[in-house]
Amino acid sequence: MSELQLVQILSPEGELLTDPEYPLEISTEEIRALYRDLVMVRRFDVEATALQRQGELGLWAQSLGQEAAQVGSGRALIPGDYAFPTYREHGVAWAKGVPPEKLLGMYRGINHGGWNPHDNDFHLYTLVIGSQTLHATGYAMGIQRDKSNNAVIAYFGDGATSQGDVNEAFTFASVYHAPVVFFCQNNQWAISQPIESQTKVALYKRAAGFGFPGVRVDGNDVLAVLAVTRVALARARAGEGPTLIEAFTYRMGAHTTSDDPSRYRLAQELEEWKLKDPIARVKSYLTRSGLANEDFFADIEKEAEAMASKLRGDIIDAEDPYVEAIFDHVYAEPHPILEAEKNAYINYLESFAEGDMK
Amino acid sequence: MALRDFRLPDVGEGLTEAEILQWYVSVGDVVTINQMICEIETAKAAVELPSPYAGTVTALKVNQGETVDVGTVIITIEDGVAGESAPAVPVVPAEDDRNLEVPTGKPKQAAVLVGYGVKEGQTPARRARKAASGTQEELGESIVVELHDGPVVAKPPVRKLAKDLGVDIRRIRKSGNITRSDVLDAAMALHGMEQPPATTYDPHREDRIPVKGVLKEMAQAMTTSAFTAPHVSVWLQVDVAKTLKAVKKLKDWEEFEGLRVSPLLIVAAAVLQATKEFPKINSSWDEANHEVIIRRYINLGFAAATPRGLLVPVIHEADGMDIPTLAKELMSLVDTAREGRTPPNRMQHGTLTITNVGVLGIDGGTPILTPGQGAILAVGQIREIPWTVKGKMKVRPICQLTLSFDHRMIDGELGSRFLARIGALLEDPSELYESDNDGDDE
Repeated sequence: MSELQLVQILSPEGELLTDPEYPLEISTEEIRALYRDLVMVRRFDVEATALQRQGELGLWAQSLGQEAAQVGSGRALIPGDYAFPTYREHGVAWAKGVPPEKLLGMYRGINHGGWNPHDNDFHLYTLVIGSQTLHATGYAMGIQRDKSNNAVIAYFGDGATSQGDVNEAFTFASVYHAPVVFFCQNNQWAISQPIESQTKVALYKRAAGFGFPGVRVDGNDVLAVLAVTRVALARARAGEGPTLIEAFTYRMGAHTTSDDPSRYRLAQELEEWKLKDPIARVKSYLTRSGLANEDFFADIEKEAEAMASKLRGDIIDAEDPYVEAIFDHVYAEPHPILEAEKNAYINYLESFAEGDMK
Repeated sequence: MALRDFRLPDVGEGLTEAEILQWYVSVGDVVTINQMICEIETAKAAVELPSPYAGTVTALKVNQGETVDVGTVIITIEDGVAGESAPAVPVVPAEDDRNLEVPTGKPKQAAVLVGYGVKEGQTPARRARKAASGTQEELGESIVVELHDGPVVAKPPVRKLAKDLGVDIRRIRKSGNITRSDVLDAAMALHGMEQPPATTYDPHREDRIPVKGVLKEMAQAMTTSAFTAPHVSVWLQVDVAKTLKAVKKLKDWEEFEGLRVSPLLIVAAAVLQATKEFPKINSSWDEANHEVIIRRYINLGFAAATPRGLLVPVIHEADGMDIPTLAKELMSLVDTAREGRTPPNRMQHGTLTITNVGVLGIDGGTPILTPGQGAILAVGQIREIPWTVKGKMKVRPICQLTLSFDHRMIDGELGSRFLARIGALLEDPSELYESDNDGDDE
């Protein structure tokens, strides 16, 4: 796939390019802020991965390498725009202002989500592959009927494009002009399945068959992702219907901490993608253009370390839920059978010799 | 200052154990949080573990190469911070019996190893149930009660089992799912079925060796071969007097100076010669493509007992070698294998194998094929036994050859002719080296 047609504004070497279709108005301060986002998100992800290896999390899905796709699209959203993530959208959550430690609750097994989606217009992580695209489309059709001026963005991966749900979502969104942006991070691997085994055509081209535009963007270029997503969101808000964005990126880490990618992919591929690192190119642009000095970078490093340290403390100190909690949110109102089951379970737990199981 | 134990976590959703492949730190080293301290290998992956503590390593509790259960303390680190609050989980009493302070305002936690890989009894996570033990009878009494009207939760096969055993499932007292073993317990209690006392042997009188490395390779290769290739073995006793003479003779030749000349060398040369005459022996069954691969090169393997266990180093392209070259290759192969230094590429792509069981004082055997090969020859010890030569009883050096072959593509006739030809060459090996010598020197 060397002759890639993709939108690029910042080359891997850190040169600023222009794309007539996607003009980007952006200040130096905004680029510096994007750089900070990228570094913070990566540091967060590194810390969470370490916490999993230390037994503090049952599982972790790394976002390593996909920071630009997530931060760029996340920062294109305006307040009120609703995001429906997979389980890997840590960078979008960051851009939406979800407190980092909240993302870890589900992975630690202490809750099923851990944040109120309405606080930040960021839906709970969805583990079922692709089903959030249907939720997003339905939500978009809802706000369309509310005459809202906002848009919705649905995240999914290259593997999810093989799912029925995603194709159903495309159909509904297209037919109803739903104000939704389908943001596909093509990270080249669906666990161990390479993209070649998912599709014979470039993913962004699939949109044409459903009757809406598709565009491929360099997913490791935070500026291009920002520009492309802004245009797609604007279309949605203007009632012009959905857009499919294929952010061409790479999963630098394992699928999850339970996976060992060295079993199915070559180290050389990883080395090639390292040259396209999303953070390095922004840094080299800022440095070369004299828009940031060493102090700027050092300060962000320091801030990232402090965030990681706080995250570690927060998650280790996180309260385990009380065991009966699992019964408490099944029904809104008391329910006699459930009440009996809950009591039976409490009795069972109390039958153990010591009482500090909780 | 406090000692922090780091327990082996479940790094991959439901793993129960891992092998410590390598320690990156040793006792006395200062480590920082998230510094990689070791590499472990689980059933899913080899991964590195970052330290959850900053401080000085005071003990490595598990050796490299050892496999331990999730929840086992693998390293102890003295954190070097006096009175620091909030120790990270998991918190357990330190070895010198100082109990660590647990942060206030939080219930004391047992080992918080997220995941479900911890085996019971490994960690203080689970306590015994009250009155958990008892004889079968007591257990039965406690489980079978009067009929009750409450709902019964059990899967259909369990209900059927209960019916078959004459147990009214409504008489089994249990909150939650009634299982197969509940029904069996209840049946025993009701009908007084007695379980025969289990014979147990003290596990301290047994040694358990982890299956890994060469042992694992051998087990896998042999299981694969034995249960996919139908083996047939044929054997032949051969008078090797002339082979022994040839060995003596060749030792004096210039080309063999500094080289080891042994009967095995002559056997190898005979196998190469016979294979050239019966090329279909040098073949392999390709199940996936429904084809038989006949190789026009001979990579001759030699089964060797080494410090690492059984290995089969290979002389590649042996068919193109004259006997001195073969002798040289064989010598270096044996020496390298004995030192346990055979590189992996010298153990691959063999096409035929010779196993010299004679060195162990054995007459013969039925060897198992190396997977992917058509034949293997076992060479027995050379024994002086009475033998008839031209109608007269004489004492002769006799060696038994056993050939096992893959009967999917090598039939009994081909296998037998091949072995007979090897036997004939060992009874009179002159043609193996005379032409050789002619070509090279005269």
